[in-house]
Amino acid sequence: MYENIRTAVVVSEVTKQFRKHNGFFHLRRRKDAAPSTVVAVDRVSFQVERGEIFGILGPNGSGKSTLVRLIATLLLPDSGQVTVFGHDVVREEMAVRRLINRVSVEASFFKKLSAMENLLYGARLYGLDGRQARERALHILTRLGLKRDEVFQPMEEMSRGMQQKVAIARAFLTQPVLLLLDEPTTGLDPRSKREVQTFVRELRDNHDATILLTTHDMQEADALCDRVAIIDGGRIVALDTPTALKARVGRTNGHDVTLEDVFMELTGKKLRVEEEE
Amino acid sequence: MSKKQNAVYDNPYRIQRKRSAIGDMQHALIRTWRASYAFVERNFNLVRRYWGWEVVWLAYSIANTLSITYIGAGMEAISGVQVDTHYLILYLLIGTMVWRFLAIIFDNISEMIAWERWEGTIEYTLMAPITRLTHMMGQTAFAVAYSLLFTLVILGVVVLFFQLDLSGANLWGATVVLLSGSFSFIGLGIVASVLPLLFPERGAQMTNVLQAVFLLISGVYYPVEVLPAWIQPLARVSPATFVLEGMRAAILRGVSTASLWPYLWPALLAGVVSIPLGLTVFHQAEKYAKRTGKLKRDG
Repeated sequence: MYENIRTAVVVSEVTKQFRKHNGFFHLRRRKDAAPSTVVAVDRVSFQVERGEIFGILGPNGSGKSTLVRLIATLLLPDSGQVTVFGHDVVREEMAVRRLINRVSVEASFFKKLSAMENLLYGARLYGLDGRQARERALHILTRLGLKRDEVFQPMEEMSRGMQQKVAIARAFLTQPVLLLLDEPTTGLDPRSKREVQTFVRELRDNHDATILLTTHDMQEADALCDRVAIIDGGRIVALDTPTALKARVGRTNGHDVTLEDVFMELTGKKLRVEEEE
Repeated sequence: MSKKQNAVYDNPYRIQRKRSAIGDMQHALIRTWRASYAFVERNFNLVRRYWGWEVVWLAYSIANTLSITYIGAGMEAISGVQVDTHYLILYLLIGTMVWRFLAIIFDNISEMIAWERWEGTIEYTLMAPITRLTHMMGQTAFAVAYSLLFTLVILGVVVLFFQLDLSGANLWGATVVLLSGSFSFIGLGIVASVLPLLFPERGAQMTNVLQAVFLLISGVYYPVEVLPAWIQPLARVSPATFVLEGMRAAILRGVSTASLWPYLWPALLAGVVSIPLGLTVFHQAEKYAKRTGKLKRDG
C-alpha cells in the first residue's frame, strides 16, 4: 500500500500561531489590550522523501516541536496542509497515526510503572499482542543498553538518560513508517547518544523507516541527517544537505565550517546563546 | 524476500496480506480489544504500584461510610423520639454505598485526562491510532470493575458492625438498578473529563464541583422531597436519584425486579443519552485543545 509512495511527508505553507492567554473565561486586564499571539510556525514548506533522515535544526522556541506536533496530529494548522504518505493529518488523522510514532524531548511515562509495563501499554495501543510486545520490548531495551533487571524497575528510579532510551524503545516498538524524533538525545551522555544514533540509522537502513529529527545539536544533525532544514522564528531559512549548507559559508579562521557557522551566517545569531536564554 | 521487505510486515498496520472483508473486520476487532485492554492493564498496574494510596483511600472510605451509617444508629439518642433504627441505618447505608459506587466510576473516568496530564503521557495516549470509543471502553471497564470491588469490600466491613436483616430485600433487583445507573455516570464522567482537557490547571477541581452538585440534588442521604422546591426539578434530571430510589425500593421494601422498571428506564435513558453526548463533547473539546495547543503537558 505504501511501498509505491516515495514522498513521506509534505508540509505545504503551514502556519500555526498561539494566543497567549488561557481558558474560555479569561478576562483582559485592559479593555483595549488585544490578546497577544505568538507565531510558532510561519508559512513553512518542505518535503521529506521516503527512507530519508531529515533534520530540523534550530534554537529553543524556533518552532521545531510545533512542527512535529502538527505532523503527529497533536495540533491543527491554522493554514496550509500537512500530509503523511498521502494522508492529510487533519482529515485522515487515524490513517496518519497508524504510520507514525514520536519521541518527545521530555520522556513522558507513568513514573511508577516499569519500563516493560509502559512499553506494553504503548504496544497494545498500536494493536500488538502481549507476548510479541514483551519479546520485542526486551530485545530493543537490551539493544539500547538497559540491563534485564532495569527493564522491570519503576521509571522514577531511572536516570534521565535511561528514561529517554525507554522513550525511544517505545517508539521503535511499533515499527513506525515515519518516526518523529523531537530532540531524542537531549540529556544523554556521549556514549548513550552514539548508541541511539546508531539505532536510528539501523532503523532507517533495515526497517524501511523515514526519520524526521529535530535537534539543536549540530554535530548530531551533521552526522545523522541526509538533509537539514534550519529554522528560526518559525521560518525555514535554509534547506539542503549538511555538506551543501556548509559550502555556503567560506572557510572560517582556523577551523572547518560547522552547521553552527551556517546558522550564524544565515540568522546573525548564535545557536548556543539562544538555547541558554 | 529481503530483510528490508520482511521488516515491513512488523508494524501491524503495514501488513499487506490479502484478507476478506470478514477477516478485516475480525482483525480490526482484535486490535480494538487489545487497545481497550491496554487501559485496563495499565490502570490495574497503576493501582498495584500505588497500593499505599489505595489502602489509605479504602480506610478513609470505610470510616466515612461507618460515620454516616452511625447517624442512623444514633438517631433515637439524638432526637429522643422512637424511630425505626434498622430502617434508618439501611437507608443511609444504601445512600453511602450507591454514592461511593457511582462516584468512583465518575472519578475514574473524569480524571483520566487529569492523571495523564499529571504523568505527562496525555499526548502519547491521544496520538495513538485508536478511537475515543475504544479509549473509553477500556477506561470504563476498569472503572466499573474497580468500583464494584471497592464498594463490596466496604460493604463487607460495614456489615460486621451492624446486624442487618436483609431477608426481605430484593438483592438481585438492587444489583440490576445499580448497574443500570452506572451507564449514566460513565457518560457524565466523559463529559466531566473534558474540563481538565480545556482547563489544564483548574479542570480537575471543577469535576469535584460537578460531583458535589449531584450529591446535593440526588437524595443520597435524604428524600429529594425535603429539598427546596426550586431544586427538586433538578433532582428529577439526576440519574442518581432514580438509582437511589430504585435501590431503596428493592432493599427496604423488597419490590420485585419487574416493578423496578419506573426506576430503571430513567437511569438507562440517562446512559443512552449521556454516553454519546459525552463522546461528542469530548471530540469537540479535543479539537479545541489541538487548535489552541492545550494538549501539551504544561497547557
